[in-house]
Order: sequence, then C-alpha cells, then structure tokens
Amino acid sequence: MSITQQNASPQEHREPALFTTALLDWHPWLSPLEESELTEVHYEGLVDRARAKSPYFMLLARDPQVLGARTRSDKDIFYNTAGGLPRRERELAATAVSRFNGCIYCASVHARFSERQGGSAEALAVLLATGSLPVDATEAWLLVAEVARQISETPVGFSDVHVRVLRQAGFNDAEIFDLINASSFFNWANRLMLSLGYPTLPVEKQA
Amino acid sequence: MTTGFSFEAEPPQDLIDYVVGIESGSWLDTLRRGRNALRDNAQQSAVLLLNPERDEGFSRTERLAVASFVAGLHGEQDIYRLYLGLLERSGEGHALSAAIRQFVSEGRTRGPYGAYPKGALSKEDLNGLVFDVSAGKIGNRLSAALKHAHLLVYHPRDASADALEALQQAGWSETAIVTLSQLVSFLTFQVRIIHGLTVLRHAGPAVGQGLPESTS
Repeated sequence: MSITQQNASPQEHREPALFTTALLDWHPWLSPLEESELTEVHYEGLVDRARAKSPYFMLLARDPQVLGARTRSDKDIFYNTAGGLPRRERELAATAVSRFNGCIYCASVHARFSERQGGSAEALAVLLATGSLPVDATEAWLLVAEVARQISETPVGFSDVHVRVLRQAGFNDAEIFDLINASSFFNWANRLMLSLGYPTLPVEKQA
Repeated sequence: MTTGFSFEAEPPQDLIDYVVGIESGSWLDTLRRGRNALRDNAQQSAVLLLNPERDEGFSRTERLAVASFVAGLHGEQDIYRLYLGLLERSGEGHALSAAIRQFVSEGRTRGPYGAYPKGALSKEDLNGLVFDVSAGKIGNRLSAALKHAHLLVYHPRDASADALEALQQAGWSETAIVTLSQLVSFLTFQVRIIHGLTVLRHAGPAVGQGLPESTS
C-alpha cells in the first residue's frame, strides 16, 4: 500500500473544521515525486521552479505535461490583466466556488488573494463563515458570487438571464468571460485539492 | 456537427470552438483570443488527457469512457455526444458505449453535496447519491474509475484516502490516479466553459460591443 499513512498525531495534524483565511498546510494521500526525481520535463510542468517545494504540485508532477497545461491556464485566467475583470473579482469568484464546493484549503488561499487585491476583508469573512456575501456587499460582488455559484452547480445553472443581469449591472463581455473562466477553473482546482489530500491548521497556532 | 471532430484532424480542430460552434473571426472567437494562453492550454489539456501519445497505463478507450460518463452526468448533450462518438470509434470502445449510457442515466443527480470534517460545518452536510458502478460489463478497473468520477463530479468533499485506496486495489497506480483525477477535474472545467460560451453565443454580443458584421 503506498497511500501515505495518516500516522501523525492529531496534535500535529489538526484538520480545520471551519472556513478560514489562515495559512493552511496541505498533505497528499499519495506520494509526491522527490526533488531528486525531477527532470527538465517535470520542471517545465511545474512552470515555476519554486513549486518543487510544494507537495501538491510535486504530486501533480507525476503527469508533468498535464500539470503544465493546467498551470498555464490558471495563470492566464487569474493574472492576465489585459482587459476583463479586476483580479480581486476573479479571486472572489474562486473563493465563492471553493466555498460552495467545500474546499476549505482553496477558499482560504483565494480569500487572501482577493483581499490582497483590494477586496473587502469583511465581505470575504462573511462569505467564508456563512456561504453568502453580506447583503450590504456591492451589487457587483453579489452578482459575481451568485454567478460563480450557478456555474458550479451540476447540472450547470448559469443561463442567459445571468448574462442579462450582469450586462445591466455594467459588466462587459470580456468581464463576463473572465468570470466564466475563473469560476469554471475552480471546479477543476477544488476537485484536485479535495480528492488528493487534506488540509491542516498551522502547527504554531495550536497552543 | 456533420463533419465530425477528431483530435487528429489537419488543420487541428479546437474542441471547444467545435462544440460551441464558434467561427473564426466571430465575436466569441475574438473574446476567446483575448485569453489566448487559456485557449491553447484548454485544448492542450484535452489532447494530453484524451488522446495522449503514450497512455501511461491508462488507455485511450478508458479515458474516453470516463469523459463520456462525466459529460453525460453534467447533462451537456453536445460534448456528451462528441465523447460517446469518439469512444465508439476507439478500439474496444464500441462495446462500452451502451454501458456508459446506462450508468449516466442511473447516476445523474444534482450537486454539489457531501460532508465536512466533523464540527461546526456539519450542519451544512448534505446527503446525496453514493453511486456504485457494477463491474459486470466493464470490469473492476473501469468501474472503480467511474465510481471515483461520480464522487468527484457530485460530492468532492466526501473524497478520502479510502477512495484512493479503492482505486489502487482495482489496479490503478499512483501516477494513473493523478491522471484520472486530472481528467475528471479538467472535464468539470471544460463542460462549464462550453456551457458558458454556449449561453453567450445564444445571447449574442452586448449592444455596442463587438462588430455587428462579425457576429455569428
């Protein structure tokens, strides 16, 4: 059996039972590659060489070309700022999808990213705590979170009515497209993080 | 779709454009090319996952069977038919098609659901279908993969080390499990992009955006 055993004590590996913006750790259930096993094909798949320190990316590096295509998609969706939706709203969509699908790790990372890009810390905290933005959030934010959620339902709930409402609220087509891309991408990311390992709270915060 | 889609077509066909019906030079083509790296890498992901040069212990037929199942579970008819068609034309895939159709009709439900780690979030736990795929017609290995695909599509927060162990017991290596997980997870992305672009195509471009003569 090569499944990584969860033999650490609960004291060292406490799984978060709440959505949080804390910096969490993530542990794979399968064995990641060792740095000594990496070839140029793997580094190309990792895209950013520093990711060789991440157990998540080192596990995905078992299929390096697929990881590379995933990472380049991710970067264009979230970091290409030529037109389209501001980054804080793309990260809000990622957070809303992660909250809806139940990925505590992903939601923590992307709530922090949205906040760092100027997103409302208060609104994000309420989204994480309750699953919905506070009613006094901006119309644009309420719409982004709602559409992100509709896109994440199976069967997919996004329809022409959402396009109409987004346009009425002033979203242009490049912005709507970014919202579709960011929300769809987190359906991919959430399922990998949820199914290949588990998050834990940082050790130093567990007095 | 009279001409049919093939990963081996020359010039290469973009799968998403093909399914949605996006013509070169149309407003949606322009929109997609504004995120060109995404356009290229969504296609590249599909090629690597569904038509790999080396199958690495996860056959092309198995991949197309999983893809048909996942697209069918989403109820996205155009991409479901495309993958079923590719499955039927692949090696031993023809015999699998009827089984996949049956599993889709038995397995369809509404997601996401599942349980959280025990604690304050437990009040949000939602029960739903835990789908067992009988190995009878398709063998242990593929039935374990389809069962895992159903878990990832509908209730990913129920995923566990035990689910991965079940795959290993059915003959899946660690590397093949990573590829299977990527395939299913990627498909949940791809069907949503296809759905979103199809909604936009029916809506047409916003008034005052895009060039009227380039709409399609």
